[in-house]
Amino acid sequence: MADFEVPELKEYPVIPLIQEGSMAHSKPYVAKPEHQKSVGYPGELLDNWQEVAINKMGELVKGSRALQVFLDTCVKCGACTDKCHYFLGTADPKNMPVARQDLFRAVYRRYFTFAGKFFPKLVGAVDLTKEVLDQWYSYFHQCSQCRRCSVFCPYGIDTAEISMAAREILDSVGVGQKYCNEILGKVHVIGNNLGLPKRALVDTMEGLEEDIKDETGLDVRVPVDQKGADVLLITPSADFFAEPHIDGLIGYAKVFHQAGISWTVSSYASEAANFSMFIGSNDNLKKAAMRIRDAAYDLGVKRIVVGECGHAWRVAYSFWNTLIGPMDFLDKQYPMPSHIVEVTHDLIKRGALKIDKEANDHRRITFHDSCNVARGSRMGNIPGGQFILPREVIKSCANHFFDMAPETIHENTFCCGGGGGLLTDDLMELRIKGAAPRMQALKQVVDEHGVDTFVAICAICKTQFAKSLPYYDYSMDMITSLHQIVGDSLILGPTE
Amino acid sequence: MSLSVIYAILFYAATLLLIVGVTRKIIIYARTPAPLKIPTTPAPLTKSGVAWRLTKEVVFFRSLFNANKWIWLFGWLFHVGLLLVLLRHLRYVTEPVWTWVVLLQPFGKYAAFAMLFGLFGLWARRFLVDRIRYITSPSDHLMLMLLIGIGLSGLGMTYIDHTDIVSMKTFMLGLMYFDLQPMPSNPFLIVHLSLVVTLMIIFPISKLIHAPGLFFSPTRNQVDDARDVRHVAGWTAK
Ligand code: HEM
Ligand code: HEM
Ligand code: SF4
Ligand code: SF4
Repeated sequence: MADFEVPELKEYPVIPLIQEGSMAHSKPYVAKPEHQKSVGYPGELLDNWQEVAINKMGELVKGSRALQVFLDTCVKCGACTDKCHYFLGTADPKNMPVARQDLFRAVYRRYFTFAGKFFPKLVGAVDLTKEVLDQWYSYFHQCSQCRRCSVFCPYGIDTAEISMAAREILDSVGVGQKYCNEILGKVHVIGNNLGLPKRALVDTMEGLEEDIKDETGLDVRVPVDQKGADVLLITPSADFFAEPHIDGLIGYAKVFHQAGISWTVSSYASEAANFSMFIGSNDNLKKAAMRIRDAAYDLGVKRIVVGECGHAWRVAYSFWNTLIGPMDFLDKQYPMPSHIVEVTHDLIKRGALKIDKEANDHRRITFHDSCNVARGSRMGNIPGGQFILPREVIKSCANHFFDMAPETIHENTFCCGGGGGLLTDDLMELRIKGAAPRMQALKQVVDEHGVDTFVAICAICKTQFAKSLPYYDYSMDMITSLHQIVGDSLILGPTE
Repeated sequence: MSLSVIYAILFYAATLLLIVGVTRKIIIYARTPAPLKIPTTPAPLTKSGVAWRLTKEVVFFRSLFNANKWIWLFGWLFHVGLLLVLLRHLRYVTEPVWTWVVLLQPFGKYAAFAMLFGLFGLWARRFLVDRIRYITSPSDHLMLMLLIGIGLSGLGMTYIDHTDIVSMKTFMLGLMYFDLQPMPSNPFLIVHLSLVVTLMIIFPISKLIHAPGLFFSPTRNQVDDARDVRHVAGWTAK
C-alpha cells in the first residue's frame, strides 16, 4: 500500500534510536504565487530573502514574550526528546522538539546574541543559508503544533510557537506551504476551506434534512443564514460533506432539534477552521476570525457554538475574545463561545434530552483527546473540563467505554499525526509514521477490550484517522464523530 | 597584594555584569508583550493557582518529574545541592553570621556531594543517551565542567588543603565595604574563584538565564480565563 515502511506496533511502546536524516526528504508542496498573494505574502523567494528573514525574526521575537523566553531558556536537558510523535514514528533526531527548536535557535543566536555573534561554534549558532532555509521548510512542516512537548518541558517551552514563527518567516520570504495558504485564501474569499459557495451549501443542507427525514420520519432542520436564530453554529466545513464528520453534524442537528434551540449556520462564515494559526500569521488570524464576528452580528444571534474541531476550538476559546471581542451584542448568560459538547453536556445534565443508551450497545468505544482541545483550551468551568465533558457525554449515551493508557490521554494525548496544517497527501509518509504512537495506544484497548469505535471531536483527526487506520490494519470505519454517538442514542419526537 | 587587586577587580566587574545582565534580561522579558493566551494544560483558573503552579515547578521541577525520572533525579539533586551550598556560603559575607546559616552548615557539607553527584549524572547522560548526545553543544559540556570544577575546587578546600577562612572572610567583607584586604593564596581558592567569576559573567548571556526565565514563560504563568477576561497586548492591543 505504501512506498515507505509503516512502523510496526510492538507489544510495548519503545523509544527508537536516532536515525539522522531519515525524514530529510519530507517536504510539502510549495505555495504557488497566487496562493501566496491571496494571504498577503510575496509570490516567490525574494532576492534579499536573507535580510528580510532576519528582520522578520527580530520583529517576531520582539513582539512575543513566548519566543523571547523560549529561545533563551532551553537548557538542553533532553526531557522533551522522546515526547514528539513524529520523532517516535520516524526516529529522525531533528523531529525531537528541542532539535526542531534548535533549527530556529541556531539562527537566532547567530544574529541576535552575544555568544552566537562571537563564538558561534561553541553554542551551535549558524548563518541563515539557503540550506538552512530548506531544512526549516522540511522540519517545520513536520511539527503538528500539538504542544505535547510543552507539557513536559520544565520551562513549558512550546515548540508550536517556534514552528509558527518559522512558518511566518518562510511565508514572508516567499516560500509558503501550498496546502495551508491555498485553503486560507478560499476562506477569505468564499468563507470556507473547501471553497463551497452559498448555493452548494444550501443544497447540501437540504439534502441532509431529507436524509434525516428518511431515517427518523421527522422534520429536523439544518438551517443556513437564518436571521434571528438563537445559535450561530461555526463548524469545520468538513462536517458538511466528509465521512464520518457529517454524521456528527446530523448529531448536532438532532440535539438542537430535540432541545428546541433555534440555530443556523452562516454561508458567509461557514468555516470554524482558521489555518492562520498554523502558519503563524497574525493578520490572517484576525481577518478570518472577523468573518465570524460579522456573521454573528448580521444574523442577530444570541450565542455562538463551535462544532467538533480541535484547533478551531483553541482559536475560539483562547483567541476570539482577544481578536474579535468584546461581542456585546451576544447574550451574556452563555460563555462566548460555547463548544457543542458543552451544550450537549448541559442539556443531558438538565435532563432535557431523552437518551436510549442501548442504541449504542453494538459499540465498544474509546475517546481520542485532540491536541488543541486537550492542551490549548478548556470546556466547562473546571480545570480539565475538556477531558471530563466529552467522556461524560459518551458515557451518558453508551454503555461500553474504555480509556486508552493514561500516558496517552488527557494532556498527555498523542496527536493524530495530521494536525497543524499537515493534513495533505504530499505528507502522507509523515502522517502515517506520526500516527504510530496513537495507533500503539489504540492497539492496547483493541486487544484488551475489543474496542471497535474510536471517537474524536476534531475534523482533522477524523480525516487523518480515516486515512491512517487502514495502514495499521484497522478499519477506517472505526473513527466516529462524538455527536454521531449522541445522535444515535437520542430519542427524538415530542417530549411528554 | 597584587593577587587581591586582580581578584577584587574581577569580582567587581563580574558582579556588575551579572547584575546589569540579569536585570536587563528581566526587563526585556517583562516588557515583551504576550499577545495571545497560550497557557498549557493543566492551566489554573486563578492567579493564586498560577503561583502554586510556578512554585511546584521551581521547588519540585514538576513537569520534569512527569517527563523523565532520571533527568529529574540528577537535575533536582544538583539544584538543591547548589542552593544549600550557596546558602552555606553566606557565612563569608555576613558578620555576624545569621543563625539559620549557622544551623545549615552541617547539611551544606553533604550538599556539595549531592550537587556533584547530580552534575556527573547529567553529564553522563550527555554521552550515554544518543538523543541527548545529539542535542548537546560544546557550551553544554563546558557549563557542566565549570560547575564541576567549582564544586571540586571547593571540596579541595574543605577536605584537602584548608584555606585560611578567616582572612578569606576578611577579604570578602572588604570587597563589600570597599576596603581592600589581602586574599589568601591557596591554589584551590584561586581556581575556585576564577571559575566562579566566569560563571557570574556567562550567567546572563547563556542558558543559565533559565532561572529567571521560567517565571516569564507564558505557557506556565498565564491564567486560563480567556473567555471571561479579554486579554490584549502587543499586536492584539492595536
Ligand atoms: C529558579 C531557580 C532555578 C530553577 C527553577 C532551575 C531549573 C532547572 C531545570 C528544571 C533544569 C533542567 C533539568 C536539569 O538538567 O537539571 C535546569 C538545568 C540546569 N540548571 Fe537550573 N534552575 C535554577 C537555577 C539555576 C542556577 C542558579 C544555576 C547555576 C548557577 C543553574 C544551572 C543549571 C544548569 C547548568 C543546568 C543544565 C544541566 C545540564 O546540562 O544538564 N540553574 N535548571
Ligand atoms: C563569592 C564567591 C565564592 C567564594 C568566596 C567561595 C569560597 C569558598 C570557600 C572558602 C570554600 C571552602 C569552604 C571550607 O573550607 O569549608 C568553598 C567551598 C565550596 N564552594 Fe565556594 N565560593 C564562592 C562561590 C561558589 C559558588 C558560586 C559555588 C557553586 C556554584 C561554590 C561551590 C562550593 C562548593 C561545592 C564548596 C565545597 C563544599 C562546601 O564547603 O560548602 N562556591 N567556597
Ligand atoms: S508541538 Fe507536537 S509536533 Fe511539534 S515538536 Fe512538539 S510534540 Fe512534536
Ligand atoms: S525539555 Fe525544554 S529545556 Fe529541556 S531540552 Fe526540551 S525544550 Fe529544552
